Amino acid sequence: MHPVLPSEIQFKCYHCGESCEQEFISVEDKKFCCQGCKLVYEVLSQNDLCEYYELEANPGKSQKDNSSLKNRFDYLDDLDVGQKLLDFKNDLESHITFYIPLIHCASCIWLLENLFQINKSIFSSRVDFIKKKVQVKFLHDQISLKEVVSLLSTLGYEPKINLSDLDHKSKNPVDRKTLTKLGVAGFCFGNMMLFSMPEYFSEAELLGEGFKRLFDYLNVVLSLPIVFYSASDYYTSAWNAVRQRKINMDVPIVLGIIAFFLYSLWEIFVQGNAGYMDSLGGLLFFLLLGKVYQQKTFATLEFDRDYKSYFPIAVTRLIQDREEVIPLFKLQVGDVVLVRDEELIPADALLLSGQADIDYSFVTGEEVPIPKGKGQLIYAGGRQKGEPILLTIQKLPSQGYLTDLWNNESFGKSNKRLLEPLANRISGVFTWTVLSIALVAFVFWMGKDLSIAVKAFTTVLIIACPCALSMSTPFTLGNTLRIFGKGKFYLKNAAVVERLALLDTVVFDKTGTLTDPANASIEYFGEPLSSETKSIIKAMVARSTHPLSNRINLFLGKIHPVHLEKVQELKGAGFLAVYKNQEFRLGSKIFTGVKGDHFSEGGNHVFLNVEGVNLGYFHIQSGLRNGASKVVKGLAEIYELHVLSGDHAHERESLAHQLSHELKFNFEQSPTDKLNYLKALNIKGKNTLMIGDGLNDAGALQESQVGIAITDRVSHFSPASDAILDAESFDRIPNFLAFARNSRLIIKASFGLSFLYNILGISLAVQGLLSPVLCAILMPLSSISVVVFTTLATNFMGVRKGLLHLNYR
Amino acid sequence: MEVIFILIAISLILAVTFLFLFFRAMKDGQFDDSYTPSIRILFENQPKKSKKDQPKKTKSYE
Repeated sequence: MHPVLPSEIQFKCYHCGESCEQEFISVEDKKFCCQGCKLVYEVLSQNDLCEYYELEANPGKSQKDNSSLKNRFDYLDDLDVGQKLLDFKNDLESHITFYIPLIHCASCIWLLENLFQINKSIFSSRVDFIKKKVQVKFLHDQISLKEVVSLLSTLGYEPKINLSDLDHKSKNPVDRKTLTKLGVAGFCFGNMMLFSMPEYFSEAELLGEGFKRLFDYLNVVLSLPIVFYSASDYYTSAWNAVRQRKINMDVPIVLGIIAFFLYSLWEIFVQGNAGYMDSLGGLLFFLLLGKVYQQKTFATLEFDRDYKSYFPIAVTRLIQDREEVIPLFKLQVGDVVLVRDEELIPADALLLSGQADIDYSFVTGEEVPIPKGKGQLIYAGGRQKGEPILLTIQKLPSQGYLTDLWNNESFGKSNKRLLEPLANRISGVFTWTVLSIALVAFVFWMGKDLSIAVKAFTTVLIIACPCALSMSTPFTLGNTLRIFGKGKFYLKNAAVVERLALLDTVVFDKTGTLTDPANASIEYFGEPLSSETKSIIKAMVARSTHPLSNRINLFLGKIHPVHLEKVQELKGAGFLAVYKNQEFRLGSKIFTGVKGDHFSEGGNHVFLNVEGVNLGYFHIQSGLRNGASKVVKGLAEIYELHVLSGDHAHERESLAHQLSHELKFNFEQSPTDKLNYLKALNIKGKNTLMIGDGLNDAGALQESQVGIAITDRVSHFSPASDAILDAESFDRIPNFLAFARNSRLIIKASFGLSFLYNILGISLAVQGLLSPVLCAILMPLSSISVVVFTTLATNFMGVRKGLLHLNYR
Repeated sequence: MEVIFILIAISLILAVTFLFLFFRAMKDGQFDDSYTPSIRILFENQPKKSKKDQPKKTKSYE
């Protein structure tokens, strides 16, 4: 082996760029941190793919932690699984889309799109960088799905295949449809404007009557795709609303479209006039533009993930001492499964043998592993840290303590008591007012001149068509969504903004939300540590990834570690080290042989033992998240606050003291309790916001009016929710809520603005004075001014709330 | 002046052609991913086989 290098000289791994502190492997003039990285390099250089290393320096990912189990992809040979994962299959070729979280640079794209150079049977592969997905097309006679996945895995790009990939979701064809409709509307609108021009300028008289008729007929032809294709969504939406005896914003729009179209046909074919077809085209073009603008999505984020996106697709089952890898859905109660280091507990199970040390960080937010003994029940969703364990399955994966949550009726369908959007509530009054004005105008003119009466009636409907009115909501909400996104607060869709504005109750999860595992408070009890002992401890904890080691490492600060003669990390137990012929043990109570339970309450304890003598222990408690008390105090002025926690109540006093005494604490809450708590609040008529982070909050997040999931890395797993908040922006929650309230005000103000236009237009229309030219000016003018107003107002508010910065670098 | 009839026809044909191209691009999925192509265009089309003869680039990692 290579000697340990002094830390001043550091080599970077040619593949992954990690500094090789301890030892390295040399090939030619290149250094690698581990065998895995070297292997990837060798595969690439054999296949003449070394351009991979030229596009970006050290593009790879360290291969140190990769699982090396040969049989872990065996489940892919299962026909059922294969069938469900593939996008497409015919006699010759198969297509499949993999999610590869590792995709991060140009080299990744280049390599993944050059797979055909390694294996000719993969004839096409295409990367979607934003979604971190690659679509692979291969000839399944020559290479199996398992071999494709193994190949990707050898290259260091192991696809992430989860249980949820088996329920194939359709691939977002809706968005394409709206874009196509917008394209058609834009095409027709543009050409109609062109053909209508002669009507607006007197010089066109020179062209003669024949041209004018031709232009009018062309306008009719061009209006057909708009009326019968581009506008189709509005008809269905309006019809659904009317059937439920409601009126939404689309009802007056549809009324307007019908009036526009029929009146223009009558004008053109019967009266020989120009009609309003160009304004109709403009109306729909602007409406669809607003719709597309509102549909801002964060492609890298998923808001509808349930436990299936987190659970593995396959487990290792033991049958008569023989291992076989089977898909999870074939797992039966009573099966014996083998769970290795870093693998997930697939279902509620009893521990048969081995030392279990379960990390429930995805479930509760607490990342310090919990030790479990033989015969104890282990709930699904935890991750084993340490040696392989054997488990007997007690419940099916979908029926467990945690996963049972998803069988609750709250997940059945979207039975949320959703708030009616502002626009829908106004449109009822609006529609009836406009209809009655039109009728009054009709009755008034009927006695004098029937043709003016018809004109007044229809033009009122036309001009009152709430184009500007219905543009104000999508543009305000779309802008709000973007500004939130810049502040690292990602909403599922625009409707969430309005719900955010009307909240009155905020419910927090404690662990992982109000508290941050990284902000641990550490105390040392026992005999004082000499600086030499500290250096010894530092040398031990610095080499581990265990959360408690990391915290002690931080606690010790920057001291120089000593060189230990022998050091060994026993997973789930602690460290065993030898220094100057003395044996040091640092770790759990059992490992260090400490007796009694006279230790400070709560949190975790790490014991130090030298040559069989206990020196003392570290007491580690999770601390509050940065800014948590500021957030809570800020919110307490406006909102009613609750805290839900799965832990015991011993922290109540200190939490109440640090945060606010107005908090209502609830301890020892199971995932279902949390859901029911939110349900009870909703029944009381509260508008609830739930802020949580783990799978155990999933029910509460679903049941609340708005559920926000907090996560340290947004592209990582977070439970289904209405919004995802980057933990970095946690202290800005009050600003986000205030901004949502402002957005609502902006919508109201822009409603006022568009009402002004409507009053102006209607006052002309009732007098029978509206002409195609006036209409062609007034409609775009009102729409554009509303869009400009909402854009300026939201950005101004964004800057005032500190969510936007004026100087984009 | 009758030439305008022909010009109108041509302009419509042109516009419809563009609409058709837009439909085709939409169907191909050109609007699904608007980011990756911006990177992809920077890759060189490497001449096959000749690569091995080139002196390999070396970098120092000190």
